[in-house]
Amino acid sequence: MTPRASADRAAGPGPGSGHGSGALSAFLRKEARHLLRDRRTLAILLLMPLVQVLLFGFVVRTEVGRIRLAVVEPAPDVATRALRHRLAAAGRFDVVAVLRSDRALPRLFASGRAQQAVVFPAGFADRLAGGEPAPVLIVTDATDPNTGSVMRAHATTVVRRYEQELRARRPATGDPPGRSPGGAAVLAETRMRFNPTLASAHLFVPGLVAFVLTIVSALMASVSLTREKETGTMEVLLVSPLRPWQIVVGKVLPYLALGFANVLTVLLAARVVFGVPVRGSVALLLAECLLFIATSLALGVLIATRTSSQRVALTASLMGLMMPTLMLSGFIFPLESLPAPLRALSAVVPARWFLLVVRGIMLKGVGIGHLWDETLVLAGMTALLLGVSARRLDVRLPGGR
Amino acid sequence: MTPPAVEARALTRRFGAFTAVDAITFDVAPGEVFGFLGANGAGKTTAMRMLTGLLAPTSGGARVAGFDVARAADQVKRSIGYMSQRFSLYEDLTVRENVGLYGRVYGLRGREIADRLARLLDRLGFAHLAGERVGRLPLGWKQKLALSVALLHEPRVVFLDEPTGGVDPVTRRQFWELIYEAAAGGTTVFVTTHYMDEAEYCDRVSIMVDGRIAALGTPAELTARFDVASMDELFVRLARPGPGAA
Repeated sequence: MTPRASADRAAGPGPGSGHGSGALSAFLRKEARHLLRDRRTLAILLLMPLVQVLLFGFVVRTEVGRIRLAVVEPAPDVATRALRHRLAAAGRFDVVAVLRSDRALPRLFASGRAQQAVVFPAGFADRLAGGEPAPVLIVTDATDPNTGSVMRAHATTVVRRYEQELRARRPATGDPPGRSPGGAAVLAETRMRFNPTLASAHLFVPGLVAFVLTIVSALMASVSLTREKETGTMEVLLVSPLRPWQIVVGKVLPYLALGFANVLTVLLAARVVFGVPVRGSVALLLAECLLFIATSLALGVLIATRTSSQRVALTASLMGLMMPTLMLSGFIFPLESLPAPLRALSAVVPARWFLLVVRGIMLKGVGIGHLWDETLVLAGMTALLLGVSARRLDVRLPGGR
Repeated sequence: MTPPAVEARALTRRFGAFTAVDAITFDVAPGEVFGFLGANGAGKTTAMRMLTGLLAPTSGGARVAGFDVARAADQVKRSIGYMSQRFSLYEDLTVRENVGLYGRVYGLRGREIADRLARLLDRLGFAHLAGERVGRLPLGWKQKLALSVALLHEPRVVFLDEPTGGVDPVTRRQFWELIYEAAAGGTTVFVTTHYMDEAEYCDRVSIMVDGRIAALGTPAELTARFDVASMDELFVRLARPGPGAA
């Protein structure tokens, strides 16, 4: 019927000769090549975590500049004036207000005109002279916990030094009998406003690990998958004997390796540059990091199955993942300070659970025994996400015409 | 008599209320060059997706290389090659790496891949370009390479979805020589195109209009039956909606 019907040739490789493992490893090699040849992107991905650590480390924990100080002296006397002058002379404080009562303090703090206040009781000098404990209250704005603790330390130091001076002078003037020499003179009492427990101070490394892994893993996985859709190679892959799970695994594994390299970078830099220790098991920490990379990659794959352009995938990853990772994980804002609805929402943010794990291991030194809940939540999320995306890929490409 | 390479039986695909492919039935013989024509939106791509296992039929069915596309998708996949209208190779990989990847994906061994790569480069006159990144090749060369890669595992049927889009006439000519070569070797070629001169190169063509096959036969038969001078005229008459349509 056709001019060239020489139909008797058998098909080349008979059906059934398709090798899953050879195909997968070839696919992995291809992915590794994509990754290694795009030098600029690779450099960014490898160096970004380092830059982040240094940025967070140096900028966030930077030295506090001049502190705006309010002084409350209900009844100014020799001692309050002496201490106030010492504060002013310490070179760190700008005395912005000297008040008779502490009633105006909340307004000063709220407006930010004062960052710190030193509150004297009435009769301060008399108490000191009488050898009674003389309490001084130091109130500090702890909106930024790091800055807050630094400011508190500065004010406390000045008060302590004054106290030491007093003690040093007292033996010369002679102690009244029955009083222990150098007994409690000035009681510096401190109070932190807005964030009393200083939660998340010095805790940037765990949050940073979560943040970097989310970007690298989810974003890169979703972009690299949608790139294949955009260029049309995805169609060819889906027509080929490769199974959807092989495509997903092939796409995801190189980024698992890259994410792991990032974990090591962040931990090493934090250790070497800032002396942040890992108190618990390093092996457990790395294992948990791998789990979290898998979760993030699964999220990236899910995003990729729902979009067809790299730009949409990029935006979705940035807005949909990075913001919650920053805001709802406890990285920047302590979970305890979130309004209840947001706190409830944070339960679906993987970084929230991962952060508990990393903080537990790095800062508290706890073992897996205390981390089962979080670990299982992450594992469950990963399985669920992978299951959903594999199904979506399997249902084939969205039907165009 | 060998069974048809492609057989569609009342193959149908609906998207909601819209019927993209409406009960089409046809056979393609082994070694045949079958042109699958139709205006944009006529349902060609949807039909092709069902035949290549990318989309499940709503009703009816099809067998490709003797395997049911719905029930034996894996065997179908191993028996076919595919080249999409969009460029289907990886531009940041070299010619050799692209060939190696697809060879492995289709289960070829290292030795076979090396042999076929050598033959392929020789036939295309690419021998000096094995280590070149595909992105650096001119478009026409890329398309010829993509076709050769789709044929690498010697599939029973190769599906070409508008393979010559944007290619200059000389390269198109060479491209069709590759197609004939494959067909002479026994591979069935299932090709969609918008170029009517290419339609004339096919053994038989079908023309889809609104999800149905409006005409099917050799180019000579069709021009005679519809009393037109060329495939081009026939296509315009059939594909244009309104009273002119058959």
